[in-house]
Amino acid sequence: MGMTIAEKIIANAAGKGVVGAGEIHTVALDYLMSNDGTTHLTIDMYQKLRHPRIADTKKLVWIVDHNVPCDSPKTAASQKKMRDFAKDHGIDFYEGDGICHQIMAEKYVSPGMMIFGADSHTCTYGALGAFGTGVGCTDYLYGMVTGTSWVMVPETLQFRLHGKLGHGATARDLILTIIGQIGANGANYKAMEFTGDGLATLSMSDRLSICNLCVEAGAKTALMETDAVTLEYLKEHGSREVKAAYTSDPDAVFAKVYEIDLDQIVPVVARPHFVDSVVPTTESKGTRINEAFLGSCNNGRIEDLRLGAEIVKGRKVAPHVRFLVVPASRDVYLEALKEGLLQTFLDAGAIVMNPNCSVCWGSCQGVIGEGEVLISTGTRNFKGRAGDKNSFVYLGSAATVAASAIKGAIAGPEDL
Amino acid sequence: MERTFSGRVWVLGDDIDTDIIMPTEYLALKSIENMKPYAFSPLRTDLAGQIQPGDILVAGKNFGCGSSREQAPEVIKALGVSAIIAKSYARIFFRNSINNGLLLIENADLPDLVQEGDTVEVEVGKEVVYQGKSYPTAPLPQNLLDILEAGGLVKAMQKLNGIKQKGEADGRDTD
Amino acid sequence: MGATLIEKLIRHRTGNESAKAGDIVTVRADRVMVHDIFIPFVKDKFEEMGFQKIWDPEKMVLIYDHLVPASQVDDTRHFRIGDEFAERYGLTHVHRSDGVCHQLMTEKGYVKPGDIVFGTDSHTTTYGCVGAFSTGIGYTEMASVLGTGKLWLRVPETIRVNINGTLPKNVQSKDVILRILGDLKSDGATYKSLEFAGDTVERMSVASRMTMSNMAVECGAKCGLFAPDEKTAAYCGITLDDFQQSLYGDDDAVYEKVLDYRAEDFVPVMACPSQVDKIRPISDLVGTKIDQVFIGSCTNGRLEDLAAAASVLKGQKVAPFVKLIVTPASKQIYQDAMKAGYVETLMEAGAMITHPGCGLCCGRAGGILTDDEVVVATNNRNFLGRMGTSKVQIYLASPLAAASCAVAGEIVEPC
Repeated sequence: MGMTIAEKIIANAAGKGVVGAGEIHTVALDYLMSNDGTTHLTIDMYQKLRHPRIADTKKLVWIVDHNVPCDSPKTAASQKKMRDFAKDHGIDFYEGDGICHQIMAEKYVSPGMMIFGADSHTCTYGALGAFGTGVGCTDYLYGMVTGTSWVMVPETLQFRLHGKLGHGATARDLILTIIGQIGANGANYKAMEFTGDGLATLSMSDRLSICNLCVEAGAKTALMETDAVTLEYLKEHGSREVKAAYTSDPDAVFAKVYEIDLDQIVPVVARPHFVDSVVPTTESKGTRINEAFLGSCNNGRIEDLRLGAEIVKGRKVAPHVRFLVVPASRDVYLEALKEGLLQTFLDAGAIVMNPNCSVCWGSCQGVIGEGEVLISTGTRNFKGRAGDKNSFVYLGSAATVAASAIKGAIAGPEDL
Repeated sequence: MERTFSGRVWVLGDDIDTDIIMPTEYLALKSIENMKPYAFSPLRTDLAGQIQPGDILVAGKNFGCGSSREQAPEVIKALGVSAIIAKSYARIFFRNSINNGLLLIENADLPDLVQEGDTVEVEVGKEVVYQGKSYPTAPLPQNLLDILEAGGLVKAMQKLNGIKQKGEADGRDTD
Repeated sequence: MGATLIEKLIRHRTGNESAKAGDIVTVRADRVMVHDIFIPFVKDKFEEMGFQKIWDPEKMVLIYDHLVPASQVDDTRHFRIGDEFAERYGLTHVHRSDGVCHQLMTEKGYVKPGDIVFGTDSHTTTYGCVGAFSTGIGYTEMASVLGTGKLWLRVPETIRVNINGTLPKNVQSKDVILRILGDLKSDGATYKSLEFAGDTVERMSVASRMTMSNMAVECGAKCGLFAPDEKTAAYCGITLDDFQQSLYGDDDAVYEKVLDYRAEDFVPVMACPSQVDKIRPISDLVGTKIDQVFIGSCTNGRLEDLAAAASVLKGQKVAPFVKLIVTPASKQIYQDAMKAGYVETLMEAGAMITHPGCGLCCGRAGGILTDDEVVVATNNRNFLGRMGTSKVQIYLASPLAAASCAVAGEIVEPC
């Protein structure tokens, strides 16, 4: 019987010929990514081990991205613990270079890999054909010590994409629409696989955005086939080798198959306080905002900045709006600088920050106050996520966010 | 303002800056009342909780140097401190204290002599008495005394704007 | 008999031709500046005092800088209160994310030579760089100035600082003012006016002078003044009038003290933890391991400072496990630095560049540190706990020195 991409990657990582959904296997991990959200906790646990050891330091990638630059003595202490440990053990370490998932995509991830990340949005790596999944500190520690972990082979939901996005819709509108359709737990424990003729029309930036958000439907991982777009991206980013390029077999078993017409997708927003509370943007237009955020591992790439800059060029951010623009990585920042995009944002009155998680993480940079409304390209709009517990976050595309920043209320580019 | 009073002293050193008196981290809390627990925290984390109404702060030179944050004298006043005795004061802190009705006393010798927990007696504009010995203090210029007597600059300005103070007779009502 | 710069300024502005040091006078403000941390307090006091309107709304500048971007949940309350205040009282000058207040006050032309300016920030002394009398006041006094347009002050005695000669290549105006602070001590100019003169300061850019005026308050000074000259006029985009041209200290004026320095005697220095006047030559500190470098603030976040940093970091990398945080003093500077290629150089070297604002200098975000960490910073204060816990060691230095330390990962002398 045929296998899905998820099954093939697990089979390979487990050294098995065939695996099937529901089985539990021990897999070898290619990378273990961890960021400053929880690494200090992992270190605390590691230091309590009777025989602390690291299976392979080359598999560890540690990235400080959540509170950057540091905002409190408490986070400074957590980061210092992480920095000192990385230094002592020779672990690949990044600080201030960007958001963990973007750095992983730019420098580490390769098709066919099995990657654990101590961050829920590790499913991003599926855009590059890798099985990435988020884990907690204990799982991370086990992987760190043994180089392996156990996984239950997930069932796969297959999304067959057809046609091409139009109507001003972006990949983010697509994935938000899908989450709205299947619900916040619609893919619990499952893999979400994207295929079909429509996939070829989506850039790597689009794909990263789509896979990134799959955890918001509960997915364990997201996966896409390796194709020319994947290979081109790998070539442009350090000429990384492909570990194994997989596609699902024609006779693979899927829990469910969805047929999606890309040309039916329209711009949408996820309303407070749930990612699956998705409506066409037209239904939320006119909602007054206090802040707009263009950035995050979901939508802080050069393509997103280009889209945003095109909309704000020659215009001014509404006086009462704080518009934060935060490139996802140092490379994205430098490219945006070269293309003049950062200047455009600054001219418009935006606040351009150093690459980091920023207000998507919501604990420091750009937090919003009581009763305030944020329109964001971030990953989540949970109650209190961006600041005060009585504040409101709408999720929208880079185009929607940029247009809203200018308008001072939720809007699309067509409203300017 | 009481003209004579006594109080227990807390002894601090030279150059006690406004970041020590009220760290920036807490400057945007909603009220002075909320800031009180953090006063002096970089230097002595427990001090704010130990100061009792009527206590006196004693310090060396250049007390209140640094920023213009008026939360510094306001929080000291809110802690119930009746006066500060220091060798000298920074300029902005001095003005801010007067404007908030916080009494500042300058004396070059006393700060080196008193021990924490001792009691001193103050006669405003005249002297501080410690262990039976008098340490003379200079009177304030009249324009500053006027502000202090009015109860601070807010009250002085209210008077200017014709706003009656509590307890102040309103002439028209008696007609 | 001659007069000091501050005496000339106050005489002209009050019409009291005999005003001299020690006199108490009432002056009219040409500009006032309020920043985001204090606007809620200014508003409360202003309304409590019973004022209905600002004496001249055009003269007030409201600047959000300490809290940009917001780092704590209640921070945005300050923006809301500021916006409401601006609307109710008809303010026309509001800057919401354009940079540090003191940089904007001079850069945007709000301050001219001979002006009298008050701000709710101790570093308001900065505008002395263009020959304006400017000083910091608390929010209660600011409320009264907003209502009346006036403030009393005591005409300060003057300490004159003469510097002549050519500074060594690795010495910047930051080293000069730090040395002066070390000599005068943190209370050495309390209530006084510092007046800088000599051919060395005449050759300095307005930006370099700004660093010195900015830090005058660190020895307690009420103001730190430079005589306006052609550079000042060009910076302000004006032609100096007779009054402005007269603003220099006469040699036969009464100075409380005169300090004479030979420029050649200056060396790169740092202010050591945790006093601004604890000055030591960098050569004494070489080899001290560092964790972070901060280049920014109203003291040293200007284009020439970023240029100095870029000159050191060009083709170099920030030392491993060391952070370099750069916060330009204004949006204009940030954009000019982009055009000049400094931003690219700094980013390629591994710097984190934040949006213009007070950043780490005001200690609320922007690179807070923890126990036993060491930071070399170009800002104005190294007080206990200013950038994190009270066990953080803060060294203040010039941008040239700070950038050199970032590359070395330890304290080194700039070349």
